[in-house]
Amino acid sequence: MIAIIDYGAGNLHSVQKGFEKVGAKATVTSDPGQVAAARAVVLPGVGSYGLAMQSLERLGLTRVLTDVIRGGKHFLGICLGLQVLLEGSEEALGSTGLGIIPGRVRRFPGGLKVPHMGWNQLYFARQDPLFEGVEPGAWFYFVHSYYADPRDEEWVLGRADYGVPFTAALGKGNVRAVQFHPEKSGRLGLKVLANFVGLMN
Amino acid sequence: MLAKRIIPCLDVKDGRVVKGIEFKGLRDAGDPVELAATYDRQGADELVYLDISASLEGRRTLVEVVRKTAAEVFIPLTVGGGIRDLEDIRNLLAAGADKVSINTAAVDNPDLIRQAAERFGSQCVVVAIDARRVPGQEGWEVVTHGGTKPRGLDVRAWAEKVTALGAGEILLTSMDMDGGKKGYDLALTAMVAREVSVPVIASGGAGSLEDIGRVLTEGQADAALAASIFHYQQYTVNDVKSYLRDLGVTVRFES
Repeated sequence: MIAIIDYGAGNLHSVQKGFEKVGAKATVTSDPGQVAAARAVVLPGVGSYGLAMQSLERLGLTRVLTDVIRGGKHFLGICLGLQVLLEGSEEALGSTGLGIIPGRVRRFPGGLKVPHMGWNQLYFARQDPLFEGVEPGAWFYFVHSYYADPRDEEWVLGRADYGVPFTAALGKGNVRAVQFHPEKSGRLGLKVLANFVGLMN
Repeated sequence: MLAKRIIPCLDVKDGRVVKGIEFKGLRDAGDPVELAATYDRQGADELVYLDISASLEGRRTLVEVVRKTAAEVFIPLTVGGGIRDLEDIRNLLAAGADKVSINTAAVDNPDLIRQAAERFGSQCVVVAIDARRVPGQEGWEVVTHGGTKPRGLDVRAWAEKVTALGAGEILLTSMDMDGGKKGYDLALTAMVAREVSVPVIASGGAGSLEDIGRVLTEGQADAALAASIFHYQQYTVNDVKSYLRDLGVTVRFES
């Protein structure tokens, strides 16, 4: 069973339906026990960084998330669920992120239309089973105003270009995270979800 | 590089598609979910449902339609038409809509934009602006109620205001061009696209491939919305994108 973490941030329905579409069983939950018991954990989300961290804290999920990630459980962060893996964000200077990935989250520079909303191309920094069957330059759907700026190049799986190149996929070991929305990226997005499910087997 | 988006719009009444129901090759052409899935296969980048139900029952049906669509079609879905308050927005987002489009309610109560952006995030708040040229003058005015009711607002000022209040996107319809199939209002679209820092979806007037190409280049729109050219199968979404690619416009193809 995949636990999709519900912390009041955005459209979880689509993520769950996406996993169902590729034949996986996924439960939406905010129960730390259920998260700890799941075979894999997905942290989705759109919304604000500060509120997200507050909600995770209030629901008692920060600790269990850190534990399951450090414990080696397969983990997928989506959009805001990627950003909270870093140490902090320019969006909420007072908030501390989960700190799984060294680095910070930055706002797109002035002069660009923000949010970065729409379909953009993903190019790979290295190969990963999450993107098996996905060609370099494949299109994915993005909606965000901030992007991850990891300190260690070894975390970078892929980049996209929005006037500035930015990190669009991160990963190391059991942890993977994407800035785009696989649940909104058509057939290739579903392929990414299926690949994640495949990691468990 | 960010792609320009092509967005088919489906008019939905009491849970059924009301235009283009003679769409060939569908089992039930009145079923929005089936039509949505077809446009997805053709390469649509997003979909818009415009609810034109007059009754409460029709609106409840719409929420069900959104729920079914979100389980079948995995591209962004915007839902608009008759949204009055935060509760309407919450219901549609919970059912699986990615964005809601607010029109009259935003003009009546601009603070709704701020509240919705704060509660749900700017990324899901689209403000729909229906614009009409002011007779005998420069500029455009905001109209509601299908273009029948001028609201005493200048489009440029209103676009700036809704963006400041937290709108994440503007769906801009030229009521002068809507339904005429003679092309989008390029001057209107370019004016708003230059004015605001959020994406602008151009709507109203698409009749040919050239119209769509022009609004995405000269008109500087980030996305083009069209209804009848798709519903009456004059072109597929893929036809439009192939044309745009040849024109040098960046568009998405699913390889």
